[in-house]
Amino acid sequence: MHDERQTPRLVLRNISKRFQSVIANDQIGFSVGPGQVHALLGENGAGKSTLVKIIYGVLQADEGKIQWNGRDEVITSPHRARELGIGMVFQHFSLFEAMTVLENIALGIDNAPDLKELADRIVSVSRKYGLPLDPSREIHTLSVGERQRVEIVRCLLQNPKLLIMDEPTSVLTPQEVGRLFVTLRQLSDEGCSILYISHKLQEIKELCHHATVLRGGRVVGQCDPAVETARSMAQLMIGAELKQLVRRAGTITQEPRLIVSNLTLPTDHPFGVNLKGISFEVGAGEIFGIAGVAGNGQNELTEALAGEVVLRSPSTIRLDGKPIAQMNAEKRRMNGLCSVPEERAGHASVPEMTLAENTLLTARNRMGLAHQGFIQLREARSFAERIIEEFSVKASGPTATAATLSGGNLQKFIVGREVLQSPEVLIISQPTWGVDAAAAAAIHQALFKLAQSGTAIVVVSQDLDELLVVSDRLAVINRGTLSPALSTAEASIDQIGMLMGGVHGLEGDAGSSHNAG
Amino acid sequence: MISESIVNISAAVISASTPLLFAATGELVVERSGVLNLGVEGMMLMGAVTGFAVAVSTGNPMLGILAAAVAGAALALVFAALTLTLMANQVATGLALTIFGIGLSALLGSGFVGQTVPALPKLALPGLSSLPVVGPVLFGQDGLVYLSVALTAATAWFLKRTRPGMMLRAVGESAESAHSLGLPVIRIRYLATLFGGAAAGLGGAFLSLSYTPMWMEGMTSGRGWIALALVVFGSWRPWRVLAGAYLFGGVTILQLHAQGIFSLPAQVFSMLPYLATIAVLTIISAGPWRGRLTAPAALGKPFRPSV
Repeated sequence: MHDERQTPRLVLRNISKRFQSVIANDQIGFSVGPGQVHALLGENGAGKSTLVKIIYGVLQADEGKIQWNGRDEVITSPHRARELGIGMVFQHFSLFEAMTVLENIALGIDNAPDLKELADRIVSVSRKYGLPLDPSREIHTLSVGERQRVEIVRCLLQNPKLLIMDEPTSVLTPQEVGRLFVTLRQLSDEGCSILYISHKLQEIKELCHHATVLRGGRVVGQCDPAVETARSMAQLMIGAELKQLVRRAGTITQEPRLIVSNLTLPTDHPFGVNLKGISFEVGAGEIFGIAGVAGNGQNELTEALAGEVVLRSPSTIRLDGKPIAQMNAEKRRMNGLCSVPEERAGHASVPEMTLAENTLLTARNRMGLAHQGFIQLREARSFAERIIEEFSVKASGPTATAATLSGGNLQKFIVGREVLQSPEVLIISQPTWGVDAAAAAAIHQALFKLAQSGTAIVVVSQDLDELLVVSDRLAVINRGTLSPALSTAEASIDQIGMLMGGVHGLEGDAGSSHNAG
Repeated sequence: MISESIVNISAAVISASTPLLFAATGELVVERSGVLNLGVEGMMLMGAVTGFAVAVSTGNPMLGILAAAVAGAALALVFAALTLTLMANQVATGLALTIFGIGLSALLGSGFVGQTVPALPKLALPGLSSLPVVGPVLFGQDGLVYLSVALTAATAWFLKRTRPGMMLRAVGESAESAHSLGLPVIRIRYLATLFGGAAAGLGGAFLSLSYTPMWMEGMTSGRGWIALALVVFGSWRPWRVLAGAYLFGGVTILQLHAQGIFSLPAQVFSMLPYLATIAVLTIISAGPWRGRLTAPAALGKPFRPSV
């Protein structure tokens, strides 16, 4: 356990970093004790990732000092950080898909022993910490949870004194989260400090000894998560009162509007997933959630539903009884099926084009923004204005390019573009991925309102907490097959976690010790 | 009589394949590091003219070969400086490099047209070269042929077995990840690009010092482009690239012999190797093998480390 009286392992003093006009870190200071699990809490864009990159030597601070075990240090490179005993598990894994586990680990550690010896050490370390790994497998064959294990084992092989974990649980099943926490507690008991970055308050309450809260690049609070409530920490993090979501009162009809029956689709992508016999129904006014760990066929399914991939048998997808599976995306749109893909910049919008021009991508025919092949720029502009106003998008106007909007604002604009077309069916993927809490709440509210008007909505998300809030029923996609639908009110986290694939890998008591939600 | 013509044809196939093998192996290393250098043709020509000029001037073909490698690498250095340091577009710069190489080699070589240089001596391996049929084919070639095969073997070993080779592959898979692990991305790419240039230069030297021992403007006649295609054909693996190079060399020689047998215009047969390239590339890109056709993930993507 950590002890406040010892020399702190890491002390930060007045760390500042700016990128062009943006101040990412502004005079940040805090300290981490030996064996302490220290949470770094903040919304997207609060400056957490920049700060840990500075600690790990990937970025250099403009100002400020770092003390390591009581001595001033300049961490010039990741190499130097590892020498000092700092390990880091990145949010976006720094793994090489086409290479083996062994090679990936060898690349990340300095003075690597020969590969045979390293393989033995990997197996022994992974056994000691309950993180089973096969050194000879190639990364692209591993699940996301297994990939994270590779990163963690890579750090552990170097006996770190400080382990930095950047949003480690955002891609894990609840069972995997439980197992990870067991490993982290074991490390903390052995005296390894952990800097734990997250915006998931329940996890921080459960795991961390201390929390530093960042907002807009500054430290806005220090607290003991055990005594705070999730709500009080959230308000510290957001800096405002949380708006309570208004759950709709609308009724769900028995008659399904969207029927997907036995959707089977072999992938043509080298690392893709084959969809196998997917069937579900969504009623008018219903929000249907599709949960699952990334890379289990979500992309393939949303493409097939949106019409980016056309299916051979028309009746695989029916909208109000009409077979639409053989139609392309635009024909489906004209029949009332709109969609929001996961990738907002580059897929849902063209970053270099203006907002008015971006409305043309999907609303061209439904909203009459083109006439006999000619763009009606005035109509497009006024439609963009309407979206900006109704969804309170922060933008300089309809002539602003999409690239100038923040993630949250662009997402609001794109959701608004589809919602204002009053679709019969809306397919939406990762609606609030990487957006701030206020924008996420606004998007959820918009989905509720749309459902109330009778639209059938399919939400595909990796964020289980989000699906539990928004959806009426949900199903889990795992390796291209869809589980039977569960009513959200009755489903338990453990049950959903099992369906997400938490069953394979380690059978464990670790899973049951975790109570999220 | 028959065995003699088999010997002749096989020896010719190996000769025709060697310049391709040099250039393609070099380009393979470049591409595995994530850099797409389309200037292979230009670098080969620079190697051919420099090798020839130095060999004629000094009377020493070994010096010529060395100079050819240096010349190829020098042109590659221009490419590396433009694309890796100054962040110029790799495709455009590579194309410009080829055109530049064609022009510069013609200028440098204008005084050497029509001159001759003694062909490289055949390096007979004692004992082995007197074996029937395979002896003269496999063990009676000149030194550059052995070097090209050795280079392929060394490249395969380097990429698969050594730590620097692993680092090079990592940089070609994801420059960002490699950078965040602290690997020197730009330095690795520079070295790979220089190696590719030197290998292309050797391929050029083989043409002007051994295959047809003379200098002629544009004498590579598209072999640099074929080498680029061979890298794809070999799905970025050294031994498959070697197989591709020999297959292509085989088609080149067979069409010469076929011209004597069938009464079609010679141009039709000259087209054959190129048609074969297109056909093979189409088949491997469209067929069920596509999933296994794994290009380096970061190929052609520029990388600028954030500071």
